[in-house]
Amino acid sequence: MSAVIRIHDLTREYRMGSERILALREVTLEIRRNEYIAIMGPSGSGKSTMMNVLGCLDTPSAGEYWLNGEEVSRLSDDALARVRNREIGFVFQTFNLLPRATALHNVELPLVYAGVRARERRERAGAALERVGLTERMHHRPNELSGGQRQRVAIARALVNQPSILLADEPTGNLDSVTSEEIMEVFAALHAAGQTVIMVTHEPDIAARAQRIVVLRDGQVESDRVGQEAAA
Amino acid sequence: MPVFEAVRLALRTIRTQKLKSFFSLVGVLIGVTFLIAVVSIVQGMNRYMVDRFANTLVGANTFEVRQRPSIQMGNTTREMWMEWLRRPRVSYGDADFVRERIATPATFAKFCQDRVSIHYGGKMAKDVDLIGTEETYFGIRNYEVVAGRAFSAQEVRAALPVLVIGDEVARRLLPGVDPLGKEVRIGGLPYRVIGVVAPQGTLFGLSLDKFAVMPFNAPGRRLICPINILDALIVQTSDPAHMQLAMAEAEAAMRSRRQLKPGQENNFHLQTAEGALGTWDKISQVLFLALPGLVAISLVVGGIVIMNIMLMAVSERTREIGIRKALGARRRDILAQFVVESATLSAAGAVMGIGLGLALAFVVKALTPLPAAVAPWSVAVGVLLGVSVGIVAGVYPASRASRLDPIVALRAE
Repeated sequence: MSAVIRIHDLTREYRMGSERILALREVTLEIRRNEYIAIMGPSGSGKSTMMNVLGCLDTPSAGEYWLNGEEVSRLSDDALARVRNREIGFVFQTFNLLPRATALHNVELPLVYAGVRARERRERAGAALERVGLTERMHHRPNELSGGQRQRVAIARALVNQPSILLADEPTGNLDSVTSEEIMEVFAALHAAGQTVIMVTHEPDIAARAQRIVVLRDGQVESDRVGQEAAA
Repeated sequence: MPVFEAVRLALRTIRTQKLKSFFSLVGVLIGVTFLIAVVSIVQGMNRYMVDRFANTLVGANTFEVRQRPSIQMGNTTREMWMEWLRRPRVSYGDADFVRERIATPATFAKFCQDRVSIHYGGKMAKDVDLIGTEETYFGIRNYEVVAGRAFSAQEVRAALPVLVIGDEVARRLLPGVDPLGKEVRIGGLPYRVIGVVAPQGTLFGLSLDKFAVMPFNAPGRRLICPINILDALIVQTSDPAHMQLAMAEAEAAMRSRRQLKPGQENNFHLQTAEGALGTWDKISQVLFLALPGLVAISLVVGGIVIMNIMLMAVSERTREIGIRKALGARRRDILAQFVVESATLSAAGAVMGIGLGLALAFVVKALTPLPAAVAPWSVAVGVLLGVSVGIVAGVYPASRASRLDPIVALRAE
């Protein structure tokens, strides 16, 4: 299988006053298409930085990042915005929906920035919501939806532009165990349908759903193994 | 993101925060209200002064040869008055002399006027303007005789005691009676009513229909002018373009008749509508000069308010900006979003200001004799100013929003 993500000797360094902090140290990693991978690690291990770099929200200080055949580590802000729009679907712990917009409008948002016309946007956003089973809640605002429903809206939004990778940051962190289970089933189904899923989490039982678990510690890959209970 | 999309987004944001949006655009609203109301009223006054005031009292492409001005706005000093009163009055001979020497095609009417009382039966109409003139006067004044007829050149030559009366005189003096053929009395002399002029309306609330017209040399002439003396010779050129020429001819004729030497001041006055309007022109110019200052001040204040509101909006919506950026919004998308929002907000203020300004103008029109006329350019300027103020005020907050780091913005509460 071809690699959708290839990271080579990637380093991200922050300066806090006179102090240099190495959040990622020469990390090398390859993620293949249709992989379901969990990135774990204790706080301070660099997993948030990893998430930001993988999501093209941040750029590395050194090293290479190839996403879907394109070197993206040296791109300008606007070029990165384009990459985020086309290649990456974000799912956040806190959902990050626009509170004043309906579910449908939230899902349409990536298409607005992709320059898709209104009619097509509505159709595609409607289809994405159908995929996560929320057709009937299309015209509700986030505060009229439960946590699980909000996260499904966020997943629909992440999927609507058919991204290369679905990047989820603690997707069940704000959900109870029953709802978490539902969301994990959605991820499993998406993976089964061919979607590449990258999930950042600190919960072992959530990470266990992935095929492959990468553990970071002190900005380096501590272990990279195929999970025992990989999802079907 | 297309502009249309951004405007829709902006309208939605404004709708969800009605009260806040309203307060933020009050400045622009007041500025534009001012602009529209003042321009409408001044414009209305202007038109009123030209159409009604000047043209009613003097007439279009018409001038009068007089002893002294009868319409004078602005200051008249005692010295000016003394000089005017020392001048010789316009005589029949002066009028005929000028008439012969004006080669430009024109219509002439000798003119005399004073206030009199008219009696019929036991009734009396007081303070009626009795006008002694020629048959041409009706055409010059654009008077339409709706009942009966105007008097003829023959009747003027024969100095017959016939009278054409204004609408209000007919209603007051002869209510419910057909005025035609009735014999009324002015200063004890009998006059036969032969016509009624169509209503002329009012000027600053005063009736323009309290008049009666007779041949200038009819028996009662001594009531309004001394023998052989006129208040004015009215000259109306057939072509407005020939006014200046005819006035030059009249001036030359009068100077030669009065034997004035070169360098000697005219001892007569040529009165025109434009001349009478000179002072009003000065007033309206001052208003139009002061207006941009007033409008500018409120728009600057309005702009600062909008800029503040937009800065607040940017910090309140930092998270939203982070989300949008994560989903692929470029800097220019965020910039456009906030600039358009600011411009839409301000334009909404301008539109409300236009509405309020027009309403104000119409209230003034309804409650006072002052007219109001909406100048289309002022509406266009209002909208344009509103949008520009919004754009200028929105640029700085929007550029701050567009430069936010998405990671930091996503973490904001």
